[in-house]
Amino acid sequence: MEVIISTAELLTTDGIPLKQSLKKAERRNKIRAFFLVFPLLLFIVVTFVIPIGDMLMRSVDDSQINTVFPNTFEEYKKWDKGEDDLPPEEVYKNLFLELANGDKRQIGKALTRMNYAKSGWKSLIKKTSREIKKIVKKGEEPLSYKDKMIEINKLWADPTYWYSFNQMVNERSSIYYWNALDRTYNEEGDVILQDEKRRMYIKTWIRTLKVSVYVTFFCLILGFPVAHLLANLPLRYSNLLMIFVLLPFWTSLLVRTTAWIVMLQQNGVINGVLVWLGILSDDGRIQMVYNETGTLIAMTQILLPFMILPLYSVMRVIPKSHMRAAQNLGAKPAMAFWRVYLPQTIPGMSAGGLLVFVLAIGYFITPELVGGKDGQLIGHWIAYHLKTTLNWGLCAALGSILLFVMLIFYWLYNKIVGIDNIKLG
Amino acid sequence: MALPSYASPVQRTYYYAYLFFCAVVFFFLIAPLIAIVPISFSVSPFMVFTDGMLAWPPDPEAWSLRWYKNMIGDCSADVVSSTVPCSKKWMVGTVNSLFIGIIATAIATALGTMAALGLSRPHMPYKALIMSILISPMIVPLIITAAGMFFFYARINLVYTFTGVILAHVALATPFVVITVTATLVGFDMNMVKAAQSLGARPIRTFFKVIMPLILPGIISGALFAFITSFDEVVIVMFMASIDQLTIPKQMWAGIRQEISPVILCMATCLVILSIVLLTTVELLRRRSERLRGIKSR
Repeated sequence: MEVIISTAELLTTDGIPLKQSLKKAERRNKIRAFFLVFPLLLFIVVTFVIPIGDMLMRSVDDSQINTVFPNTFEEYKKWDKGEDDLPPEEVYKNLFLELANGDKRQIGKALTRMNYAKSGWKSLIKKTSREIKKIVKKGEEPLSYKDKMIEINKLWADPTYWYSFNQMVNERSSIYYWNALDRTYNEEGDVILQDEKRRMYIKTWIRTLKVSVYVTFFCLILGFPVAHLLANLPLRYSNLLMIFVLLPFWTSLLVRTTAWIVMLQQNGVINGVLVWLGILSDDGRIQMVYNETGTLIAMTQILLPFMILPLYSVMRVIPKSHMRAAQNLGAKPAMAFWRVYLPQTIPGMSAGGLLVFVLAIGYFITPELVGGKDGQLIGHWIAYHLKTTLNWGLCAALGSILLFVMLIFYWLYNKIVGIDNIKLG
Repeated sequence: MALPSYASPVQRTYYYAYLFFCAVVFFFLIAPLIAIVPISFSVSPFMVFTDGMLAWPPDPEAWSLRWYKNMIGDCSADVVSSTVPCSKKWMVGTVNSLFIGIIATAIATALGTMAALGLSRPHMPYKALIMSILISPMIVPLIITAAGMFFFYARINLVYTFTGVILAHVALATPFVVITVTATLVGFDMNMVKAAQSLGARPIRTFFKVIMPLILPGIISGALFAFITSFDEVVIVMFMASIDQLTIPKQMWAGIRQEISPVILCMATCLVILSIVLLTTVELLRRRSERLRGIKSR
């Protein structure tokens, strides 16, 4: 008997090849799945990703001042600084005209920017503008704009003012990033350190890293035994004790911060107990809040659950028989712990450690409230420039650097733990 | 894990030291939250345990509800103190917080649940990339988010409006919904969807009749996370809301910053109670969800 094997393609009932039909169905499924995700994706991109991108752009943006003095800057670029001490007549003329005809509000904004480059610009231009207005009103046209301006204010003959234009003539500028690292440009356009009294960011960056490292370390020291206990107790007890970890986790951040102020202040609970126990004298109360100590204590307690929870979930699945086997083979308990148990908890330690560290470097609320003067982290300066000085370029640069540091650590976290393994509660 | 009966004295010492250390850490975690409760019932305008409160037998003069009355805006004579202002601000803040929180939660839950359903489908393209974009608002520090949003929303005239605050809160809250609902959908039997569809149900009907009842615990926990995120959020509100758009966290911030007033502790006590309620609800929902999906509890 002859067996006929059909080499034709398999067809569906509609006569379409099965392969093609399956592909079509899969594509439909893909589109359907994507349409479910699309609204949220669009929403997050518009309300979150674009604003963050906007901030990154703003940190290098110097275009505002270029729209106020376009001609002046054009002529300025032609000035050969080796040849003349002062810029040529054309530069003075264009600046004169642009100050006379420019929009007052835009000039005001530009002045703020110029003052970042060299203090003194604001008052110089303001005084000059007033005189220029008078001249224009009278309808005079000066023979030499250069001489006229120097006559109005002799600072126009001071080349250091002109040199500071160097850092403003480009629409893209890295000056804010240098400022965020306590650097600035000198007259020749080289990067130099700021004056001693204006250096505060490097100090704060270092403190931010230091506090984050300390908090991570304390959380590990405090969290490890607790996670171990929770993972090894019978479920009835560990579920009950878990409340101690989860309740702070669920409680408002501001409530916990307030609670720490109540605990740590000079006539607060801890000082009170120490005095009552006779450890401290009544006038020897310790200052524990509104300084770096306060920031450290409060942040450790607030971030501790983020260390305990990942450690707990790793420790729970380590078989208890491993320790027993090690001891059976002759290892002392300490040795068995060090060689057998501890290596198995490394995924939990790195997950918790990275999470706590990353959360700590971006912390703002707690240091701001309990940090006082010397316990502030970098978030303080971002908020300060956003709300008080309105130096948004510097604010954006500080934010961008912080974001960049964070992303490095998150990339690490993702490599080690996987971002979709984040668990809540 | 009790100590075996053959443990040596040294082992015993280590064991009890270890237990003691754990007890201290538990105390460290919970003590601040407990300590504020009695102080909120104090007569004194300072946030301290007064001598009267610690006296034995208890001195009824030292305790009162005056700060709670102050909080709900009752400014009668026995409540007013020279150092503590009394106004309706706390109640205005509560109403605003609830308003912002409920709207933001509703939008975040709807968008987040849909996205989670899409992400859990086996055919989802670029899953990892999309997931990391969707989760990013939870990862980026709030102060950076606040700065970025402030710059951008200022361009489109959304700063100092409730709309701006709500949009920002939705963005911050959706990652929590996505994560919780995705976690619930792990182990969800897709055959049930196929069964429903083969019986003639359209996708919308399938969702409401088959999928939703099963993942409802996850959706509710996600919504609670979203609500607490919005309800507790202060940085965005500080920059994006106008001065008279008060919320509870903003009022607490002002309270800690300017007028260290015991009224903050009353609100804090209320919020601790709220978090106990939410924690219990989420835990019960988690157990129910595991039971529904036939996963044995640990």
